[in-house]
Amino acid sequence: MDRTAAPAGSFVASVAEIIGRIEGEPDRLVDLRLEASRAFTAAGLPTTRQEAWRFTSLRALAETPHRPAAPADAEIADLTIPGSHRLVFVNGRLSPGLSAAEDLPRGLTLRPLAGALAEAAGPAASTIGGAVDLARHPFAALNTAAFADGALIHLEPGAIVEAPIHLLFVTVGDGEPTWSAPRTLVAAGAGSQATVVEHYVGAGGESLTLPVTELRLAAGAILHHVRLQEEPRSARHIALQASRQARDSRLDSVALNIGAGLMRTDIDAVLAEPGAHAALDGLYLVEDEQHTDTHLDVRHAAPHCTSHELYKGILDGRSRAVFNGRIVVDPAAQKTDAIQSNRNLLLSAGALVNSNPQLEIFADDVRCTHGSTVGRLDEEAVFYLRSRGLDRATAESLLTYAFAAEIVGAIPVGAVRERIERHLVARLPQGELAREAF
Amino acid sequence: MLQLKNLHVSVDGTEILKGIDLEIGPGEVHAIMGPNGSGKSTLASVLAGREEYEITAGEILYDGADLTELDAETRAREGIFLAFQYPVEIPGVSNTYFLRSALNAIRAHRGEDPLDAIDFLELVKDKAKLVRLDEKLLKRPVNEGFSGGEKKRNEIFHMAVLEPRLAILDETDSGLDIDALKIVADGVNALRDTQRSFVVITHYQRLLNYIVPDFVHVLKDGRIVRSGDRELALALEDQGYEWLETAPVAAGA
Ligand SMILES: Nc1ncnc2c1ncn2[C@@H]1O[C@H](COP(=O)(O)OP(=O)(O)OP(=O)(O)O)[C@@H](O)[C@H]1O
Ligand SMILES: [Mg+2]
Repeated sequence: MDRTAAPAGSFVASVAEIIGRIEGEPDRLVDLRLEASRAFTAAGLPTTRQEAWRFTSLRALAETPHRPAAPADAEIADLTIPGSHRLVFVNGRLSPGLSAAEDLPRGLTLRPLAGALAEAAGPAASTIGGAVDLARHPFAALNTAAFADGALIHLEPGAIVEAPIHLLFVTVGDGEPTWSAPRTLVAAGAGSQATVVEHYVGAGGESLTLPVTELRLAAGAILHHVRLQEEPRSARHIALQASRQARDSRLDSVALNIGAGLMRTDIDAVLAEPGAHAALDGLYLVEDEQHTDTHLDVRHAAPHCTSHELYKGILDGRSRAVFNGRIVVDPAAQKTDAIQSNRNLLLSAGALVNSNPQLEIFADDVRCTHGSTVGRLDEEAVFYLRSRGLDRATAESLLTYAFAAEIVGAIPVGAVRERIERHLVARLPQGELAREAF
Repeated sequence: MLQLKNLHVSVDGTEILKGIDLEIGPGEVHAIMGPNGSGKSTLASVLAGREEYEITAGEILYDGADLTELDAETRAREGIFLAFQYPVEIPGVSNTYFLRSALNAIRAHRGEDPLDAIDFLELVKDKAKLVRLDEKLLKRPVNEGFSGGEKKRNEIFHMAVLEPRLAILDETDSGLDIDALKIVADGVNALRDTQRSFVVITHYQRLLNYIVPDFVHVLKDGRIVRSGDRELALALEDQGYEWLETAPVAAGA
């Protein structure tokens, strides 16, 4: 089939020719955009015949042309994180009025990519795109070809930033299907430390958000990273997070997927040098017809690295979760310690999970374990609680809340933790009571 | 207080209790003994309101009213307490929080105000002392990582806080060393009064040296084949259950 001739009226036809251009962007990026555009056009939309998309159908998207989201206003009052440094993007464009990035601590650069990319010697121009595998990620290719702006966080070596850095991406739909491609680059210098919250929200209308986030950790850097996705049900959210870690760096990243009708998150993590540690955790909370798909791809490329992944899911209604956790241990990566676990709690008979761990180990002196469970609330536990006087709704809410608490309790930013708690409370019949327990 | 009349119970179509008659008055302590698999836990579970058990014949009256009408939580709120043979681990839910919710649910049912945090804490500390429960177990998730003995003591601790009117202890003594056993027995004895009744399920007469029962019943193959006083427990200790026939009518034949 000739992919270049996408049928008129299809999604691919509506987006394929779009190539972004930022004033003064380096030649390297100009070339990369062309390459990415070609990669997307060549690949077309993934279908369920491809292994990586086996359980996630894009058929409805394929038949829906999208236009680039137009500038819009947004209201963010109840979305802010007190005390944080903040950049806000609405439909992919910086909103200076909503942002709060003036008084930055020494060593922190927080600015829109558009300006940063024009500086040939800056960290953005030289590294952007370097962690992204365009061939494996068609939507990241589309983002690379088209992105017009995004956030740059740069930490000087040794910089310690206490306050959380909040990147808020607002998608405002306008009735017709629209798409946007926010881009984030975090470059943490040697020995630096920061907490970054990537936050995706939206309002109304069919929309498609295609974020790409690159996280680069230099030697000894420590990055706490939260990815909170709570777009409306009318949204599709297809994201790539690609991280590369140097020697002795530490990435603690948690992905919280709550919103959107269809969400797909690819997380590519490369432990490139000895002693790096990545904790990649997640919680998905889905109901009705929501569909969530997480693809983890963790590559141990050097010895003495550790990676720990704990993903928990709570599914209600006719929702569906796909979890694919791939760990690759290169021949050189002796003394690797990799632990992966995916635990799913089904609250309804109609919910469905496909959980698939995938270990590819080419070194011999390693410790790799994985486990995956799909189950309902333990009736024995429900009865135990009831036999002491709690009603069924309270007992079930308490157990469900407790299931999520392991992830929620570890979220490093209080305001985000509280948002998730509120989501849980809203979804559980006796959520408020359950919340008091923690 | 509690009357069982010709109680037949099945699970998954298999009859397990085959006609139990038992009457428990206020303030009485009844011991139930019997071989493994004879139906002791089934009886306890049916009283506590476990739903997978089907009552195929007979009745259960609590204060003269049909107990089977009530769901498990309502029974708890009406004063029935089951100390589980195998207490369940509840990951993530703190022991104290759970107990406070339970107590306040029971109080609400009685039309009483919830106990505030300070009064509750005082109560909990008192009762924990009574059963010598390590205070660090109060903050931990219910039963999670508790030793066998700690779990059993935690059950008695719950009982002491909730102050039921009818407490059913299902092999709370199993696996306890003599010191722990005495602590459990002391906890029970501290709660004994003229209005509170106990059903003590055990394999060992040893416990009955410390919790002295008013009546001892032997359950065998789903029937009470012999009832007596504590002498019966001593006889069972010596001679086992074999000499008792399955049906009480046959015992004298
Ligand atoms: N949920 C169930 N499904 C099927 N069979 C059951 C179930 N519960 C109990 N039984 C069976 O019923 C019989 C009585 O079990 P029960 O647990 O009441 O005995 P018990 O007297 O408490 O034994 P033990 O002294 O070992 O605790 C056993 O044969 C047991 O296998
Ligand atoms: Mg038993």
